[in-house]
Amino acid sequence: MNKTLKNTSTADRTSKYVTIVIIAVLYVVLMVLDNLKATPGSTFGKILTMLIPVLRKGAIYSLLCVSMNLLNGFTGLFSLGQAGFMLIGAYAYAIFSIPAGDHAAVYQYFEGGAIQFSIPEILSGVLGNTAGSFLGAIICILIAGVVAAVFAALIGIPCLRFKSDYLAIATLGFAEIIRAFFQWDGLGRITNGSNLLRKYTSFSDMKIVAGETTVKFGTVFVFLIAMLSILFIILLINSSYGRAYKAIRDDEVAAEAMGINLFKHKMQAFVISSFFAGVGGALLAMYQTTVNAAPFKSAMTYEILLMVVIGGIGSVSGSCIAAFLYIACNEWWLRFLDSGSLFGLVDVPFFRDGFRKVVFSVIIMIIVLFFSRGIMGDKELSLKGVLKKRQRKKEAKAAQAEGGDAE
Amino acid sequence: MSEALLSIRDLKVNYGGIEAVKGISFDVPEGQIVTLIGANGAGKSSTLRTIAGLVKPKSGTITYAGEDITGKDPTSIVNRGITLVPEGRRIFPDLTVKENLKLGAYIRKDDITDDLNWVYDLFPRLKEREWQAGGTLSGGEQQMLAVGRALMSRPKIMMMDEPSLGLAPLVVRDIFDIIKEVNKRGVTVLLIEQNANMALKTAHMGYVMETGRITMTGTGAELLADESVKAAYLGT
Repeated sequence: MNKTLKNTSTADRTSKYVTIVIIAVLYVVLMVLDNLKATPGSTFGKILTMLIPVLRKGAIYSLLCVSMNLLNGFTGLFSLGQAGFMLIGAYAYAIFSIPAGDHAAVYQYFEGGAIQFSIPEILSGVLGNTAGSFLGAIICILIAGVVAAVFAALIGIPCLRFKSDYLAIATLGFAEIIRAFFQWDGLGRITNGSNLLRKYTSFSDMKIVAGETTVKFGTVFVFLIAMLSILFIILLINSSYGRAYKAIRDDEVAAEAMGINLFKHKMQAFVISSFFAGVGGALLAMYQTTVNAAPFKSAMTYEILLMVVIGGIGSVSGSCIAAFLYIACNEWWLRFLDSGSLFGLVDVPFFRDGFRKVVFSVIIMIIVLFFSRGIMGDKELSLKGVLKKRQRKKEAKAAQAEGGDAE
Repeated sequence: MSEALLSIRDLKVNYGGIEAVKGISFDVPEGQIVTLIGANGAGKSSTLRTIAGLVKPKSGTITYAGEDITGKDPTSIVNRGITLVPEGRRIFPDLTVKENLKLGAYIRKDDITDDLNWVYDLFPRLKEREWQAGGTLSGGEQQMLAVGRALMSRPKIMMMDEPSLGLAPLVVRDIFDIIKEVNKRGVTVLLIEQNANMALKTAHMGYVMETGRITMTGTGAELLADESVKAAYLGT
């Protein structure tokens, strides 16, 4: 008994240190990648131009998947409003960070728009350019989350009284309405109608300039925001609130009989999930450098749902793994299927535009059919778990050896 | 009658469009085991669900410790010390035994370590399976967990909806022993059962319910000896 206790605590401590080291190494690598200069056209240059966007988008989608998982996987609310909240977040972020001087150009059809200030610019005036754009971006991201959360609270009041499928339909409908609403000319002075929002603070502005040298932080920045957000969600899931969410998912009647206020907790999960969808939307806006409501279709929600399912409904680490894998395959590894030839060596006539999507669909079908619980199921990937498993294996082997000796 | 911990007066409840409870009155004295027996559809479950606040009554009053609690929401009713062990146990299958128990104390903000130990003391089997998912327990263990979970809210009255449902006869006996033990430790029990024989043997007082009305009242022993009860519910 004592022995196992001791082992657990060593495993705990080792895994904690190893995790910290891994994260530190990760950020050093990201920072190096951010600042590497490869000769254009070289193999390494080609890899780098694919790797960085994939890493950034992967981090953003990890957050989006985890925020969806909080609702669909942990609270059992089947909501399909993700794209709508992302859209709200992306717009809120962009609107508050377009430099004042660029308003006339961006809102050219709407007399320069209604909002005439930029938060990063105001802060730059006070704190200097570097701190101003970093802090400004963070504040705008928080605003994006809060605006999305406020919309969620308003929508939640009528929608969360529905059950299962009806909630999905209601939230899906809401997302479509939002998309149309944001393209409406009547709101043009704020949303720029159906035109692009651009020139706002993006990842390329995340840099420190000191004389001749420039240190870029784009990828580090997105990883930091996504990681902190995911960490918050993990802490929430493991708190007593998280337990209540899981209870509601498992059995609403029993949860209610325990005195858990169903509506209040569902609303909480919905608002928090939407907050992070808004944050994810803001990061996506930073990534894209321009924002327009048109692509925030239900297909975007389905894509995230697909990643959640592939990763395992109810697994945070599964969501993250699936998000990176999906983005890497979609944007990079399976691109050759559209190129007309196999690795530029053999011409394959059916490797045409769109063939990638065919192969992708088949892969997804295979996953859904044969690995219906996803990569992780509802388990979590953790160093502690791996270490413990190894410990147990070692002990089992030792025990076996002892047994063998005795014979 | 006035010292009853829980008293129900002229309670009427609609369920699924029909009047499931047609004006019943009964009392649950403090410290006793009281049972409502009756056939399927007699309105027993609706009565319990209404007391727990899960269903709103059509008319009538529910008084608990001198306070009118008619139509209050489930959270405030659990807060006042009335807890329900739902029909079919309804434990949370994907959560561990410990998480299930902690959820029973969800509305409490104070320290629950003592209560957790108290429940583990009552059900050593649950302690052994602390880290196991609730759904992997056997039927009897799940019922223990459901009772343990209910006790975690530190109730004055524990209401139980068909605790013997779907359990083997030997396990049913265990469950009733547990009910007696819980009662001995100071918790008033309101029990509804189709297994009239066991329920009446265990209870201090019993009420017979038929199609939404209470038709007979007496001590457990009295009802057990009654010819019409025997004929209708005991099959002897």
